[in-house]
Amino acid sequence: MADLLIDFAGIHSPNPFWLASAPPTNSGQQIHRAFEAGWGGAVWKTIGAPVLNVSNRYGAWHYNGQKMVGINNVELISDRPLEVNLREMAEVKRAWPDRAVIASAMVESKPEAWHDIVRRIEDTGADGIELNYGCPHGMSERGMGSAVGQVPEYCEQITRWVTEACRIPVIVKLTPNITNIVHPARAAIAADADAISLINTLNSIVGVDLDTLAITPSIGGKSGHGGFAGPAVKPIALHMLSALGTDEVVSRSAIPISGMGGISTWQDAAEFLLLGASSLQVCTAVMHYGYRIIEDLCDGLSNWMDAKGFKTLAEVVGKSLPQISDFANFNLSFSAVARIDEDKCIKCNLCYVACNDAAHQCIDLIAGTAGERTQPKVREHDCVGCRLCYNVCPVEHCIEMAEIPAGRAPMSWNQLCQSQPEVAQEWEAMERYRKQNGIHVH
Amino acid sequence: MIDPKHALAEHLPPLTAQEALVEANRCLFCFDAPCTQACPTHIDVPRFIKKIATHNLLGSARTILESNLLGATCARVCPVEELCVGACVLGAEHKPIAIGRLQRYATDFVYQRHLEVFHAGTPNGHKVAVIGAGPAGLSCAGELARRGHGVTIFEKRELAGGLSTYGIIALREPVEAALAEVEMIRRLGVRIETGVELGRNLTIDHLRARFDAVFLAVGLWAIPEMEIAGEEHMVDGLEYIEQSKLAPHAMKIGRHVAVIGAGNTAIDCATIAKRLGAETVVMVYRRSQRQMTAYAHEYDFVKKEGVEFRFLTQPLRVLTANGAVSGLECVRMRLGTQDASGRPAPQAVEGSEFVLAVDQVVKAIGQEMTPVAAWLGLETKKGKICVNDSFETNIPGIFAGGDCIRWKGAASTVMGVQDGKLAARAIHERLQAQGAANG
Repeated sequence: MADLLIDFAGIHSPNPFWLASAPPTNSGQQIHRAFEAGWGGAVWKTIGAPVLNVSNRYGAWHYNGQKMVGINNVELISDRPLEVNLREMAEVKRAWPDRAVIASAMVESKPEAWHDIVRRIEDTGADGIELNYGCPHGMSERGMGSAVGQVPEYCEQITRWVTEACRIPVIVKLTPNITNIVHPARAAIAADADAISLINTLNSIVGVDLDTLAITPSIGGKSGHGGFAGPAVKPIALHMLSALGTDEVVSRSAIPISGMGGISTWQDAAEFLLLGASSLQVCTAVMHYGYRIIEDLCDGLSNWMDAKGFKTLAEVVGKSLPQISDFANFNLSFSAVARIDEDKCIKCNLCYVACNDAAHQCIDLIAGTAGERTQPKVREHDCVGCRLCYNVCPVEHCIEMAEIPAGRAPMSWNQLCQSQPEVAQEWEAMERYRKQNGIHVH
Repeated sequence: MIDPKHALAEHLPPLTAQEALVEANRCLFCFDAPCTQACPTHIDVPRFIKKIATHNLLGSARTILESNLLGATCARVCPVEELCVGACVLGAEHKPIAIGRLQRYATDFVYQRHLEVFHAGTPNGHKVAVIGAGPAGLSCAGELARRGHGVTIFEKRELAGGLSTYGIIALREPVEAALAEVEMIRRLGVRIETGVELGRNLTIDHLRARFDAVFLAVGLWAIPEMEIAGEEHMVDGLEYIEQSKLAPHAMKIGRHVAVIGAGNTAIDCATIAKRLGAETVVMVYRRSQRQMTAYAHEYDFVKKEGVEFRFLTQPLRVLTANGAVSGLECVRMRLGTQDASGRPAPQAVEGSEFVLAVDQVVKAIGQEMTPVAAWLGLETKKGKICVNDSFETNIPGIFAGGDCIRWKGAASTVMGVQDGKLAARAIHERLQAQGAANG
């Protein structure tokens, strides 16, 4: 049985799954129940400045009959009094000494405000503090949340105010609503943050009601952007996570990263771990199905680790990161072609129409015998190996991408630019290069 | 007390919006889809299903009705397992798409809201008479009206709709669904005269004088005589179904019912008897299960209703006591060599007579050919009217389609609809050409 224990910047928890700072961590009684269900930790719903919330604060994107592939919210930080949150935080930590209890905080951008909240959080016995630089609505207009996360200088300054006063681990939570996630991460490191977490929600408008023409959800006749989360944002989160893991400054600092953004299953969790996250936070999936999903998150992850021979999470974390590279380093000589397994093919012919209309016209429909349906067949010498057919095929393992010998030495764009710079600049030189190397562009 | 409306309510509930959405999204949207090829009217199935997925339900219904004006009936009565659903590529290792139920979802949407899917064409001055307001007649009339022809349907019965209205058990197609389609055809400008029958109060000469073309969609005739003793005590299967749909409260259902025959009408009769209170229902068929003409899914359905089968059993006479049915005397059969229908001929097993203790006998042994062909002097084949590729009979200007021309293969609503559609095109082209020649 694989060991799921983590030590994240000195914060210990029995498994890597923490509830993200969000509605599922709004109160002590909720977190008690979450811990009873088996959650390893909880990042308390952000505490700080006084707020008022509105109704119709959640809007969701339902896709092809699947409910809530993404959820958009305009909920603010905790609207419960600060003292109540702090008191319950202390009670929860006392009752659950083996679980991670982390306070998320967001106060006015003044050093004394941050010093004050840090002291009060430390007094609860919480294991760590997460700085919410991500909230993209409501708080940002007041100079907090993503208004901080989007400006690396503010990010560094405020983190500094916290780390200079704080004795427990400080996690800086980043907003994805920024051109390059690396800059605020470097700022957090420069200000001696102990860890980074990402991603917070993405700016979004979730939809328009075609009957009323109102933006959904309509808040008394008005609406506006909120923060988008859930399964739909996972690929964006994975990219930002890997961007930090492959950044020279961030990786040299060895700062631990808590990953989140669309984690719904143990499989999602494993992907975040493989790309460098060493703790995981979950919100939308719990908002959809409740705390009980923790059972399969742990069970599935543990079974997968056993099957793969991983004994500890440390063996998994970052395991796939070395493959992350830039296009300029990809081997341009790598070649693959699509192969269709005729026995598995159900002859929906989606690969044919996709290839014909949207790719490289290299799948033919071969007439069937005796009234049989036509069968798609790849003309391999024309196939560029784009993988579109593989992606549209509804049958598992029916279309496979088969690697074929390139017939030429490995060569990256960077290497080519160094050895034959004219090829990158002149189409005539490119044509010559292709001819010499037998590169057939269909 | 059994409430017949409830007992014979449509056995598949309508899909909910969420069910339809999920099912529509399971459709792969095949290129050159086999379901479309398998549909006798070639409905563009993936297209109408994708429109359900995008909640373009008017567009979905229009896609269906463009190929099949009686799409709401066909959604209910088509043997989809043998046609579109049977061809679905997800059938082999997955669950095929519920095409019929999705088609019903889209067509119900427009009928429940009385949406106009099509409009009458600009009047072109031509007049066409359609004889029979069943599926083939309605389809032909509607297609002609869309092209601007003045169409009158003459229907011998009180209500239009043919088998859809009278002859298909309500749990498969309620009367309301059939009549909604009739209304749609009427709104296209088609005039429907009911209670008018060719050979009784309508003559072919009258039609030829007043109309530029005639389309015969007269269907089949009554259930034939078996010529056995006590036959007058049997109940006619078609009347049994009709009563269950139009006057169910007045219906008399036996406690122990025998249904003679093993086609789809016989199955409907047995279902009605069982649902409306019969304690036992037994279907009596002189051949074996392999030769029965009912669809396999309907056979499965009726078995689950608790109906029993006596295969290789031939009725000999109806027994009565005090003027009421007291039993059905039968003899066991065995299968011999092939007969004219290509099926093994049943032969009586000597000395194997026995009596089924029943108090009601329903006869559903197929229908006779219409006498209309003989009256008009039309060429026939195996009793069915002969037509050429344009659905024209040997008498120029008289076209025919539907069950009355189906001399091979199983007759079905969807084939009748397709006949009506193709005949309408042929009639249209003919009249356009004539109009051009005369003009």
